[in-house]
Amino acid sequence: MNFIYDPVPWVINWLTQLLLSWGLSENFVTTLLYLIGAVLICLGAMLFTTMLIWAERKIGGRFQDRLGPNRVGPWGIFQSIADMLKIFTKEYINPVGIDKIPFNLAPVLAVAAVLAVWAVIPFSQTVFGSNINVGILYIIAIGGLGEMAIILAGFGSNNKYALLGAFRAVAQLISYEVPMVIVLLIPVMFSGSMGLNEIVQAQTIPFIVYAPVACIIFFICSIAENGRAPFDLLEADSELVAGYNIEYSGLKFGMFFVADFLHAFTSAIVFTTIFLGGWQGPGVEQIPVLGGAYMLIKTLLVYFLMLAIRFTVPRFRIDQMMALNWKILTPLALVTVVVTALVDKAIPHEMTVIRIGALLVVNLIIWLLADRMITIYRKRNPVQVVTGKLRPLARPEFLSVAEKETAQ
Amino acid sequence: MLNEWLYLGIFLIIALAIPAAALLIAGMLSPKKPNPIKDSTYECGMETVGVSWVQFKVQYYIYGLIFLVFDVEIVLLYPWAVAYNKVALFGVIELILFVAILASGLLYAWRKGALEWV
Amino acid sequence: MTGMQLIFLIAAAVVVSSAFMSVTSRRMIHAALWFVLALLGVAVIYALLEVSFFAVVQVLVYVGAIAILIIFATMLTRRALEDHGKQFNRATLMTLVIVSVIFAGLVFSLRSWPQLQSMTAPLSADQLDVGVLGLALTAPDGFALPFEVTSILLLAALIGSIYVAYERKEKKK
Repeated sequence: MNFIYDPVPWVINWLTQLLLSWGLSENFVTTLLYLIGAVLICLGAMLFTTMLIWAERKIGGRFQDRLGPNRVGPWGIFQSIADMLKIFTKEYINPVGIDKIPFNLAPVLAVAAVLAVWAVIPFSQTVFGSNINVGILYIIAIGGLGEMAIILAGFGSNNKYALLGAFRAVAQLISYEVPMVIVLLIPVMFSGSMGLNEIVQAQTIPFIVYAPVACIIFFICSIAENGRAPFDLLEADSELVAGYNIEYSGLKFGMFFVADFLHAFTSAIVFTTIFLGGWQGPGVEQIPVLGGAYMLIKTLLVYFLMLAIRFTVPRFRIDQMMALNWKILTPLALVTVVVTALVDKAIPHEMTVIRIGALLVVNLIIWLLADRMITIYRKRNPVQVVTGKLRPLARPEFLSVAEKETAQ
Repeated sequence: MLNEWLYLGIFLIIALAIPAAALLIAGMLSPKKPNPIKDSTYECGMETVGVSWVQFKVQYYIYGLIFLVFDVEIVLLYPWAVAYNKVALFGVIELILFVAILASGLLYAWRKGALEWV
Repeated sequence: MTGMQLIFLIAAAVVVSSAFMSVTSRRMIHAALWFVLALLGVAVIYALLEVSFFAVVQVLVYVGAIAILIIFATMLTRRALEDHGKQFNRATLMTLVIVSVIFAGLVFSLRSWPQLQSMTAPLSADQLDVGVLGLALTAPDGFALPFEVTSILLLAALIGSIYVAYERKEKKK
């Protein structure tokens, strides 16, 4: 086991030998190593969030034709550290009438629910935390704990708006879990196991090629589960004034903030693991540390895509959001699962190219059919456009053609 | 197998402990000056009107019910999906029946208007 | 005391004590939250038994769906956040005596049952695989028919719940 090719297992091995030579029992050594690994991953993830916040602000600034933070350090790198120092010293304001235990438990549980996903993700062929054989369901179950955190925040705050925001948030989260869980059946079908290690190992060709519609549905549901734009009406300032976060100040609010950004990156990592092949890539057999590099590159690409969607697309209304989920995404997910199961059973696994071709054709047909049905529905029930007469303008020559048409 | 769960248990405890420790450190570093105006509940800058309870729309409950039924359905389908590579066409017919029966439930909810956000 | 026994005792203590707190809480919403803690404790016990599928399904379905429904339902009532006073009444002491007598009788009669003392054989790794469950569910001479009947049961539950809830919506109007 070479140190350069495979650093983490080498270090674990060396540490195990060292501790065993001190005469400690084997169970104790295993538990101690688990403890050290857990602390390193949790601290690393939380400190990495500062870089994520900086990246989001810089890239968001560029999308919006401005610079983003650039004063504190070169390219504003230390901005997040400055923000952290500030937020550590802000006062905790505890409003009257709050329930102490739920109020204080909610931010901790929100961050814990996001960190707990990092325990099952395989970072490379030899570096993974826990290889339970139900990894996919574990990730979704931990999302349920995150919903509990939102409910605790909502009713612990003794505030009508927090309660209302919490209910809406939980309604959104549970609604978008349904297509996500349905669509995750497809990687499980292809790889024959629910464990994330087996799913990555079965992806010599990434699953995005086998099931693009499933991939898109999963991506949309991940963004909705996270509460990012375009699904972020819960935080819209004009709607519910920061939703369930209203009464939080200081580091408690900072924890919700960290949970939000870390959840985005965690969704990107889960997406990469399940659909993009995780650590697979050329040369990982000989040099396992390349797996970690491939994973990082793929995850950053997916994260950049999430940022691009956030800064480009306007926000949904809540009834539009619910209609999208229950009337479009859930039937689409069910149809995709059934059709993929049929087609995959009809073609033997050895004929890879024919299998990929058939699955791609079938996915394309599903997508075009769904598009057609939505277009027909829109033609029959057009959106009511509220127009009035055109008001007198100072410079009418700047009005676009479309606006002139709708105004008359 | 139990080692995996031990790791997850330790990880969950650490994941709960580290933010809690951070909150405690910040609690020690920050000033504590409560006064009645600062501690009053936020209601868009005005005094609060009425008790903190909202008229709860029953629509939330219906979404929760539909989610529960679909959740149980999909959880029943996961063992089928794990055994997918080993079953013959009969298993796929079973899947189609199962999904068709539940999709008709979704259709019923749709036609009854239970999916509208009132 | 091995590590497994210690963890089992802690989980069992958490389940029993949070169930007790759930019954004796003054506010309904606190009762719902203690119930969630009891469910998480049961999930830990499933994990100790090495049936990881059921542990995860317990958290996913019970905590992620049923507990949220219960919390929604308590919020539907007007007095969910109110303090209802102590939940004990005059019959508490007598109930405690009767329950302790029954418990002592059960312990005494179970101690002479030999099956309680024996250890069951641990399941082998290929029996713990979820795929075995899947094969059993789809085999024609296995549980294929109950699998389909379950879907009809879920359909009945869905239609019934929408009918009941929808009627209430009309009455409210």
